[in-house]
Amino acid sequence: MSKDYFLVIRGGVNSTFQDFGRENLYHIGIPFSGAMDKRNYLIANKLAGNLTTDAVIEFAFQGPCLKYFGNKRNIVVTGNVNFKVIKEDYSEIQVKNYKTIEIDNGDVIDILNTKNSVYGYLSSNGGFDINEVWGSYSTTTRAFVGPNGGKKLTENQKIFLKKSEKFSNRLLIYSDTKIEFIRVIEGTNFNYFSEESIKNFFSKDYFVTNLADRMGMRLEGQKLKNLKNTNIRSEGLVKGTIQVPADGNPIILLSDHGTIGGYPKLGVVISADYDRLVQIPPGSKIRFEKVKLKDAENLYKLYNMETNNILNKIL
Amino acid sequence: MIKNIVNLGDASIYCDFGNEVNKKTNSHVIKYFKILQVKKIKGIINITPSYNKLIVTFNLNQINFKDLKKKILNLKIDYTEKPITKKIKIPICCDNEYALDIERLKNKLNMTKKEIITLFLNKTYYCYMTGFIAGMPFLGDINKSIRLNRLETPRVKVPQGSVGLTEQFCNIYTFESPGGWNIVGRTPSKIFDPSNLNTPNLISPGDEVIFYEINKIKYLKFNE
Repeated sequence: MSKDYFLVIRGGVNSTFQDFGRENLYHIGIPFSGAMDKRNYLIANKLAGNLTTDAVIEFAFQGPCLKYFGNKRNIVVTGNVNFKVIKEDYSEIQVKNYKTIEIDNGDVIDILNTKNSVYGYLSSNGGFDINEVWGSYSTTTRAFVGPNGGKKLTENQKIFLKKSEKFSNRLLIYSDTKIEFIRVIEGTNFNYFSEESIKNFFSKDYFVTNLADRMGMRLEGQKLKNLKNTNIRSEGLVKGTIQVPADGNPIILLSDHGTIGGYPKLGVVISADYDRLVQIPPGSKIRFEKVKLKDAENLYKLYNMETNNILNKIL
Repeated sequence: MIKNIVNLGDASIYCDFGNEVNKKTNSHVIKYFKILQVKKIKGIINITPSYNKLIVTFNLNQINFKDLKKKILNLKIDYTEKPITKKIKIPICCDNEYALDIERLKNKLNMTKKEIITLFLNKTYYCYMTGFIAGMPFLGDINKSIRLNRLETPRVKVPQGSVGLTEQFCNIYTFESPGGWNIVGRTPSKIFDPSNLNTPNLISPGDEVIFYEINKIKYLKFNE
């Protein structure tokens, strides 16, 4: 093991270790968690020369500020992120996302903010020296499950790193594609809502409110009228579920969602659009489009192919 | 018996066991849950039982709705076989400091505290499901005369260990969390322990739970 580490100077808004997510624990109340934007997670690890299943640091809005102690090594940041590296002599290096950079003992990586998006990822060649919990490096802060005691990164803590290997710099020309619509499949309580409400939902703008985090995204727009019942028997939930409480404002459940709930399910966001959904920042508008299951399955295949093509471009 | 089976999004299956919420319906849900856990069908990544539903989440790269639906409907279920479950005793302290909603319960039910607590303790509860927050058990059914709706305005913070009542159910808050159940007391027991890697949750679906009362001194000393 190496003795290389990052000292956390600023934790950032919501910086956690994440990977693919943790399976088979919904039934005891632990959500899947994992990197919110899987594509940017995969790219981060590939660029850093790591396994696709390695842990990364995920951050939201404002990222962490980390001071590095150790031998030269490579790091990379993915997502639409504004960040810089400050050398010990206070000179600043302008750095770019999707490009590996070499850091040296004493360097400070200051991840200032994500631009027109929410999540970004930091990966380091060799990977972080952390332990898996129940088969995953993902952090679920609400249940204190995961590495780092299941907690966010906090000021003054040390993050140890595994030994890094000889490495050549890598670069990917990439920017996230925007999509015009978030596509949705009918939910199990679709027919609870008035015809007019359904029409509004699939034609009017909805806005992401400030109440958005890894658990869910509250939206505002034309209120949805429930004609049947605003509560159902509590039952299992899945990520991407659009549930509508009595106030008529939809909530989209995201990766750290509660595993059981009793609000009617209007729809579920398709798997192909999830990465792009979570990157829509508060204040932005969303428009929804209804699709059939078969289309959703095909769109997912396409999205996956596209992701693999991007990863294959990285040599 | 599964009454209806549909997709929930493109990566989950929603099995409906009917509208009734009782031990019998739920025991069927749990049967399917346990069989699927053992079968380990490729692609399944989560199985969530609840009162009368079972949701199976899968990896869309490995299986799809149509194929998994077939596999679930083809499962052979032996309804006569008794499930392996546990009986668990949970201490509860009903001191007024912890029984946050005892006044509301007394007023709405028109009963004394002693009557309410006695009826609550005098029953073996069945665990229908766990979840919402990690390890939270949904237990039932409570005595008909102590059933009440949720608080009109939920609490922003319900303390960890609080035991709450709503309708025919009671639950235990495994973490401090927002919530609207009527709190009758607090347990010092660790219902969910993330540091216990093998069995973090004390109570699993299908288990039976009995509460026994402890006084405040015992409550405070319980974890020493």
